[in-house]
Amino acid sequence: MAIRFYLILVVFLLSAIVSFSLYEDQVGLMDWHQRYIGKVKHAVFHTQKTGRKRVIVSTEENVVASLDLRHGEIFWRHVLGTNDAIDGVDIALGKYVITLSSEGSLLRAWNLPDGQMVWETSLHSAQHSKSLLSVPINLKVDKDYPILVFGGGYLHAVSPIDGEVLWKKDFTAEGFEVQRVLQPLESSIIYVLGFLHSSEAVVYQIDSKSGDVVAEKSMAFPGGFSGEISSVSNDKVVVLDSTRSILVAISFVDGGISFQKTHISDLVEDSGKAEILSPLLSNMLAVKVNKRTIFVRVGGEGKLELVDSLSDETAMSDSLPVADDQVAFASVHHEGSKIHLMVKLVDDLDTVLLRESIQMDQHRGRVHKVFINNYIKTDRSNGFRALIVMEDHSLLLLQQGAIVWSREEGLASVTDVTTAELPVEKDGVSVAQVEHTLVDWLKGHVLKLKGSLLLASPEDVVAIQEMRMKSSGRSKLTRDHNGFRKLFIALTRAGKLFALHTGDGSIVWSVLLNSPACARPSGISLYQWQVPHHHAMDENPSVLVVGRCGSDSSAPGVLSFVDVYTGKEISSSDIGHSVVQVMPLPFTDSTEQRLHLIADTNGHVHLYPKTSEALSIFQREFQNVYWYNVEADNGIIRGQGMKSTCSDETADEYCFTTRELWTVVFPSESEKIISTLTRKPNEVVHTQAKVSTDQDVLYKYVSRNLLFVATVSPKGAGEIGSVTPEESALVVYLIDTITGRILHRLSHQGCQGPVHAVFSENWVVYHYFNLRAHKYEVTVVEIYDQSRAENKNVWKLVLGKHNLTAPISSYSRPEMFTKSQSYFFPQSVKTIAVTSTAKGITSKQLLIGTIGDQILALDKRFVDPRRTLNPSQAEKEEGIIPLTDSLPIIPQSYITHALKVEGLRGIVTAPAKLESTTHVFAYGVDLFYTRLAPSKTYDSLTDDFSYALLLITIVALVAAIYITWVLSEKKELSEKWR
Amino acid sequence: MDKGKAVMGTGRRWAVDFSDQSTVPSSRDILDPPGFSRASPEQKAWEVAQSPFKNLMMMGFMMWMAGNTVHLFSIGITFSALWQPLSALQSVGKIFEPFKDNKVELLMPKLVFLALNLGGLALGIWKLNTLGLLPTHASDWVSSLPPPQEVEHSGGGFAFH
Repeated sequence: MAIRFYLILVVFLLSAIVSFSLYEDQVGLMDWHQRYIGKVKHAVFHTQKTGRKRVIVSTEENVVASLDLRHGEIFWRHVLGTNDAIDGVDIALGKYVITLSSEGSLLRAWNLPDGQMVWETSLHSAQHSKSLLSVPINLKVDKDYPILVFGGGYLHAVSPIDGEVLWKKDFTAEGFEVQRVLQPLESSIIYVLGFLHSSEAVVYQIDSKSGDVVAEKSMAFPGGFSGEISSVSNDKVVVLDSTRSILVAISFVDGGISFQKTHISDLVEDSGKAEILSPLLSNMLAVKVNKRTIFVRVGGEGKLELVDSLSDETAMSDSLPVADDQVAFASVHHEGSKIHLMVKLVDDLDTVLLRESIQMDQHRGRVHKVFINNYIKTDRSNGFRALIVMEDHSLLLLQQGAIVWSREEGLASVTDVTTAELPVEKDGVSVAQVEHTLVDWLKGHVLKLKGSLLLASPEDVVAIQEMRMKSSGRSKLTRDHNGFRKLFIALTRAGKLFALHTGDGSIVWSVLLNSPACARPSGISLYQWQVPHHHAMDENPSVLVVGRCGSDSSAPGVLSFVDVYTGKEISSSDIGHSVVQVMPLPFTDSTEQRLHLIADTNGHVHLYPKTSEALSIFQREFQNVYWYNVEADNGIIRGQGMKSTCSDETADEYCFTTRELWTVVFPSESEKIISTLTRKPNEVVHTQAKVSTDQDVLYKYVSRNLLFVATVSPKGAGEIGSVTPEESALVVYLIDTITGRILHRLSHQGCQGPVHAVFSENWVVYHYFNLRAHKYEVTVVEIYDQSRAENKNVWKLVLGKHNLTAPISSYSRPEMFTKSQSYFFPQSVKTIAVTSTAKGITSKQLLIGTIGDQILALDKRFVDPRRTLNPSQAEKEEGIIPLTDSLPIIPQSYITHALKVEGLRGIVTAPAKLESTTHVFAYGVDLFYTRLAPSKTYDSLTDDFSYALLLITIVALVAAIYITWVLSEKKELSEKWR
Repeated sequence: MDKGKAVMGTGRRWAVDFSDQSTVPSSRDILDPPGFSRASPEQKAWEVAQSPFKNLMMMGFMMWMAGNTVHLFSIGITFSALWQPLSALQSVGKIFEPFKDNKVELLMPKLVFLALNLGGLALGIWKLNTLGLLPTHASDWVSSLPPPQEVEHSGGGFAFH
């Protein structure tokens, strides 16, 4: 009976589903979370009242946030959806933050102190148009002025109190484009100015109470308008004509519309095409012409005169009313490592209210945006604070000649991530500062012991927690034994490279990319360039950043090499050809620089590094290097092989041409490529065999040259639910990228994308929507090699007479079979990743980024095609879970526990040196890092292992042995004397 | 003492031979004392020779109890089942030492003893096999083989936007 019980217990233990939850006091020990908002588009200060001073910002990551002006912390923040771009933000009634988003169709009000949504109004929208938000500056609170919103062809007046639409006016007439909605202060008339067919200015006067059109005036302008407009006062706007060489002042208040033309060439000599800049300055406008910014004052009769001119690297703020009916604006420009902030009066540009020079400690590029705010100093003069947005997207608050705080908002738009090692600890590096003395060490362990024996007082508990949080030099800048300390190198959209420490998430270094060819190349992707481990140990590792000058795909590429230890750009070169694809080759040269192939738009590939050694390595493998292109628009996948060196005169010996070997054409009327995926090139696979319960061997088909392709019917490429199940089908393929052979095809009728997939070892797991069941589904496909299955003779295997480890070629026709299984999955998914470990022995977990911006760790055992409804005893012992129709979501297995990675876009995993452990880094608007052990830390003691207890036990045992020995000696002696 | 006399002739006066010659039955012909039975040590030797059989039965029962799953209990039993016969085989000579007599036939008991212990060993190995700890399957030899190298390398995908 006892044996039976024991057996049952063992079986239960083996088949129990291990959940990897944390205890409350373990939060923050291995993980960190950083909150960002993104590059600021608009900022509105709220500093009038006593109490907390704050600034409301909206950003390019569709975030509306309230920041503390003192420290730059986030009071509250809301991340709107990816398609919900914010067009305008303002404060109404002194207590609501009003945001207009989704091209003027969604108006929301948030409570200013705590950020709770007060109301949301969805506005009718008929066409794409400019969206304009005009919140009246409410000096008298009792007067209820409506919020005016123009968007989607309609003008809406919305009550700021409850969001009710008071009236709406249709402006969807053909060819009519509304440019400005103006409401003079204390007036009940709203002016709506628009252009009809870009050649006729039309002004509607609308009663703000009822929305009725009071008057309508129009006047044709023969030259035509270019669309750029700047309103300089309540009754005047200035536009550019279609040739962009004439400024036209339109005044429209009384009587009718009048035009006043001024040639820019009259204002400045040698003028090219002009551009009106966005800042709103009263009675003045800023025009960018000929790489200069000129200020043009608009006189009473629409007369324009030039008042000042600055270099075009100057950023300007909107105008701000200061005391005595004066209006000021700020301009910021760069000079070396300093930035100069000037605040001037608009009416009198010679009066400089503030002139400050601020030393920037790191390179942040040019100033992109300035927002200013004034405050009254104790001596009753005006003080100014300026919020500036830099080229690297960082946000800085300047006040009294210093940077009060800064936020690295570039990290909200990470585009690519790779990992790097920290330097090895050298003798010279002082370790003693970080490591404790023996007394401290013992004290700490005694505290821990107290904690584990439940003897600790509340103060002790706090001390223990504090000790654990900053334990054992988590943020030391040297390599550790277990490989827990690493760097994550992140490339941001602004072209800045950050190195983040895995210990605490601190920025170890950051570098803004430069290029000799253009001022600021945009970064595309990131590769490991040099990872010295065996040879060349004295070299520092480096990463390769591939970028290009300009947004066009034919723009010339730029390669930057950045030293990982120091964060210095080793070199940056303009490579003289475009960059379409990059392929890291599995070969390194004698200094462990990895060979890379870069394809350009002409169909040529270029080898890097450009050394003769790399060339000779490449020539050896020339016939074995292949290339494939996925043309999603045409539904074609093309495979290419290397042909010869380029014959162009300009080309060098490192340039090669390709020849087309195969094409896979998907029928355009029924299939459209929506997703492709390959295995990660650096993934380590421990074994090629999979052993089943009855000791049978299945050989995994492990190949790096497999491409997973998902296609849907063109009708079903839209949003979920836009088609009927009969019209939509999802087809997935596994294609060999060497031969173009389709190894497997699986069709899901009545299913639809988007497809999120993960490919690892010999399996693919993908997530899609099943229209028939109205549920999301997850399918797993495992690929096995049939041709190796004959290797079953034990004696041959013992003697090594098999060809299982001989190199294989894709041209030896593989016989393969697949096993697959589908499950329902209760959640929508943003991204899927898989854990990776150093040797690939540890079992794997899927990391699923859910729609709620959390990350769920799901054991690979749940997506195993061998699951059956009633697994046998042996299968249960092996850990096969009984088949269920849907995958479980265990709340404890959210690795993000209570946190959210807002705007989650990607998850990156990297192995630690310890086989059981893997690093997980998730990025979106927020950043999150944690360490995971998918099969628990079987190869190391946990952090809270009490060494003191072990030590004390050993000491006690030794003492006990000694005492008993002495006693027994005594007894023996007395026995002998008896 | 005729041997002694022969020696004296070569110059020695006398000698006493203390060597026990009881194991050489032909040299002496002394009768066993009355009441002494020769059969008794032989019977005891047989008893010793058969003792592993009991052990064997016991082991078999324990193994049946332990079941076929790998855990501490079954591993312990299996290893003791392997160790006992091995140690017994090593010390065959010592075990039969007390019954060493020129009049006792020990070969058969020894052989039986050996056979029974080998049977115990076989039982242990069989148990090891049922536990799946013997590398008798192909899977035991290929599970640590890394995947083969690939000759060709490919790369590419979507063009950068």
